[in-house]
Amino acid sequence: MPSEKELDHLHRIVEALEASDRLGTKTIPQYLDYEAPPVNETEWLRYSCIPVYSQEEAKKDPVLSTSMAKALSLVSDVLSFRVGFLVVPLSWDEEGYPVFPFDQKSENLRRNLEGCEKTVLFAATIGSGIDRLIRRYEKADPRLGLLLQGLGAERVESLCDCFNAEVEKAAAGMRSAASDQVDPATRRRYSPGYGDLPIEVQREFLPLLDAERRLGITLSDSCLMAPSKSVTAIIGIDKEA
Amino acid sequence: MNILDYMKDHFLFLDGGMGTLLQEAGLQPGELPERWNVTHPEEIIRIQKSYYDAGSNVVLSNTFGANGLKFDDAELEELVTAAVKNAREAAARSSGTQEKFVALDIGPLGRLLKPYGDYEFEDAVAMYSKTIRFGVSAGVDLIFIETMNDSYDTKAALLAAKENSDLPVFVSNAYGSDGKLMTGASPAAMVAMLEGMHADAIGANCSLGPDQLIGVVEEYLEYASVPVLLKPNAGLPRSENGKTVYDVYPAEFSESVGRLLEKGVRIAGGCCGTTPDYISAVVEKAKSITPVPVVPKNRSLVSSYTHAVEFGGSPILIGERINPTGKKRFQQALRENDIDYILGEALKQQDAGVQLLDVNVGLPEIDEPAFLLRAVKELQAVTDLPLQLDTTDPVAMEAGLRAYNGKAMVNSVNGKEEVMNAIFPLVAKYGGFVVALTLDEGGIPDTAEERVAIAEKIIRRASEFGIDKKDLIFDPLAMTISADTRAALATMQAVQKIRFGLGVNTSLGISNVSFGIPNRNIITSTFFALCLQDGLSAAIMNPYSQEMMNVYHAFRALHNMDENCMSYIEYAQNLPAPTAAPAAGPAGGGTGTGGASGANGASGAGAADGASGGPASELQAAIVRGLKEKTGTLTKAMLSEKKPLEIIQSEVIPALNIVGADFEKKKVYLPQLLMAAEAAKSAFEEVKIAMAAAPEENGGGSARCAFVIATVHGDIHDIGKNIVKLILENYGFAVSDLGKDVPEQTVVDEVVRLHAPIVGLSALMTTTVPAMEETIKLLREQAPWAKVCVGGAVLTQEYADAIGADKYCRDAMETVRFAEEIDESLKG
Repeated sequence: MPSEKELDHLHRIVEALEASDRLGTKTIPQYLDYEAPPVNETEWLRYSCIPVYSQEEAKKDPVLSTSMAKALSLVSDVLSFRVGFLVVPLSWDEEGYPVFPFDQKSENLRRNLEGCEKTVLFAATIGSGIDRLIRRYEKADPRLGLLLQGLGAERVESLCDCFNAEVEKAAAGMRSAASDQVDPATRRRYSPGYGDLPIEVQREFLPLLDAERRLGITLSDSCLMAPSKSVTAIIGIDKEA
Repeated sequence: MNILDYMKDHFLFLDGGMGTLLQEAGLQPGELPERWNVTHPEEIIRIQKSYYDAGSNVVLSNTFGANGLKFDDAELEELVTAAVKNAREAAARSSGTQEKFVALDIGPLGRLLKPYGDYEFEDAVAMYSKTIRFGVSAGVDLIFIETMNDSYDTKAALLAAKENSDLPVFVSNAYGSDGKLMTGASPAAMVAMLEGMHADAIGANCSLGPDQLIGVVEEYLEYASVPVLLKPNAGLPRSENGKTVYDVYPAEFSESVGRLLEKGVRIAGGCCGTTPDYISAVVEKAKSITPVPVVPKNRSLVSSYTHAVEFGGSPILIGERINPTGKKRFQQALRENDIDYILGEALKQQDAGVQLLDVNVGLPEIDEPAFLLRAVKELQAVTDLPLQLDTTDPVAMEAGLRAYNGKAMVNSVNGKEEVMNAIFPLVAKYGGFVVALTLDEGGIPDTAEERVAIAEKIIRRASEFGIDKKDLIFDPLAMTISADTRAALATMQAVQKIRFGLGVNTSLGISNVSFGIPNRNIITSTFFALCLQDGLSAAIMNPYSQEMMNVYHAFRALHNMDENCMSYIEYAQNLPAPTAAPAAGPAGGGTGTGGASGANGASGAGAADGASGGPASELQAAIVRGLKEKTGTLTKAMLSEKKPLEIIQSEVIPALNIVGADFEKKKVYLPQLLMAAEAAKSAFEEVKIAMAAAPEENGGGSARCAFVIATVHGDIHDIGKNIVKLILENYGFAVSDLGKDVPEQTVVDEVVRLHAPIVGLSALMTTTVPAMEETIKLLREQAPWAKVCVGGAVLTQEYADAIGADKYCRDAMETVRFAEEIDESLKG
């Protein structure tokens, strides 16, 4: 049974997808707040440089579990989970590349979005509190610093997963009742900086979401985001949906 | 009429939102609104006139995003000048009869400052200065800094305003739903910093509706002695048919704002989603409300970039350990530019429970202004405790105060004219809470009365610089009773007279009282208790002294400062069990802090089981298992028998090799490797202390060659580099860490300076690999002897070859092996 919050999110995502059918590119970004998603411990440890196959063994070490507990308690009241998203209808240029409000000729993205008619651009962040904690503990206690680093990565990825699942649900729910589609209604999310999609598109991507004001995400000269535990990505929505 | 005079008896009404109205007038997404000042002046004038018509006293120029990052100088000047002219024209055309003012609007640059971002504080000051100079010469009545979500950025803008004009400055921050700025500052922290720098009005705007900002506004009203402003959104936004609409309408908005005017807000307007209708509703509502007078709050605050610390209630502990006086190891760290040692002291004191850190880095042979500046920047990147800048050099004091992200404590002035004339102007400009010693040209008076007289003189002189006595804290000077047994009595009397007679806070360097007598802790801690009883507000003290901490916690519990004695109970329950008397030999089990019970950790998960050898001694086992404290204790004991470098060679390095080999065999992983490295570090600490005490015997220096390490230009991720550095240090390499985002030539200069045989470069992103390549190119030209190894998430062997590196290192251990090879070849 989805929570009230999730229902509200679904409702707003569906509304935004529909609005894009009516208004084309004239839609505006939406913002969603999330509760902390459950911690995926396997991913957390993997991001902390402990490979999956050795995690069972590693966790037997009481010192590691103490540090893990400390990391969890340190982050418990400093994180905020926010996503901003914008629905962008897709068109294709004469060479067959998808057209976005930013410049790119990415082969990977073209393949990823083939057969889609719109996309969801989003930015997710867990805020800057985690960066302060990492700063503090990578000096005072490097092992804890590493675990916090890993936990931050896991937190923001889990946040993306939550949002991604909602987009999938919303898009799948919008298929016509007659459709017997069982395939996913969305494509794997694709981020600036992956493959041949240059990270420089961030300079145009983030302003589309008013990310500085609404999410507190700023960009450095070399296109790194601050807070560091932030993610931007593109999700393709299938034509059927 | 001057706006500040007008505000004394009136509410001041600001304007409302601009963005939505501009969009309705045809501003396209992506189009810069500031250009409209020149291309569509009539639209701008029309909107601004509608605010004056609605009753706004102050309209902001359309310059929110007008800065040197978006426009070149010529266009910036043109846009700002036109913007001010438009607002003036709007005021002239409006039929409103109220007093009208034009404010230069300053919004954030949109770049996050170092250390979390990559933008320099001083560059931000320079950028804001440009816009402010253009605005001031175009003729505005005040400067309005708004929507700032970072305290450091706010300071940069306010400093620019103060350095480029004498106009009134209003400062407004954007708070999140947690009641904090995006980078963590609480309202009290912002009040402390902004009042210290003499902002004329402060408050909150944007991000939330009026009701969600009640908590933030109440905190401002509690602490602020200047008028508080509020410019909220029309509630929360949502979208309807592709348009943003807000959920609070004018009637409800004005009711909510009215309630806050009744509580004491003096300046009100609206932000996103508000229109002239909202402003006229607020103006109408305010007619039935009498403005609450703005009165001094007399709250003595210092702040960091996250929170404020208040003096005058529960006593404040100021950690004294960042100070080279009498500490050979600390002096060595200063001479070697070893900032990590200083950061370590800071974090240890924070864990021990201090609320502030004294920072003294003065040594005759170091460049104190440069080092204090660096220490302030590095400290505020790792700790959120406010700092007390402790220097006698006004140049160093200014460098530190300027870069400090908050309102610092200033240590110190005294009754000497020369000192007051040098330090008080800095405090008046940058803000500060000033320690004032009760001595003057005549020295330290013997009696309490004479010290109080000096205090009175200092209060008078400070007020001439605009510094209120709430921002002074007197140190009536603790002197040793071994020279004069009346000394402590005089000090305690002075504390009492200053605190209760003059009504000003007091602080002492407690431990001076026992100088030159045995078992000092007994006298020091008892003196501390007596002074607290006499009203001492703060102490500069050693937080590692259990006796001092006992007194502190007990005093708070006994003085009803500790609800249900909770903090005392927590403290008392975590006290270590009493240690055995030294004569009884090494302390038995039960004193360790967990996991340290077994003597030889052969059963531990990390213990090596390879044929070539597990740990050969108890010390090695402790390092392998990552037992930090035990490693330190064992090393200390061993130092009575073995030479420091011998311990490194025969104990620490072999232990690290065991863990290193297991890491390479994938038997242990990075967290365990780091644990062992940390444990080894505590062994190194003991060794360094021993060597600093007797350098001539030990020859000093590192066992291995120099290694310069840096994250390349443009890249601000450094955790991987820090790990490599830690492990290299463990293996005895003299690592010079240049940090992150390091310009190419800086790397080369350091390699040349040290004639370092090895350089390690790290890059996380494909976009910064060219910077790495450029660095290597320069190294080949200017330091051809140096071998370069590279690492980082994006690198591969192919990549490393392509950019001309000597070696690609997958991880920390591979870097160690490479460095060892080079080091061996140099020796052989």
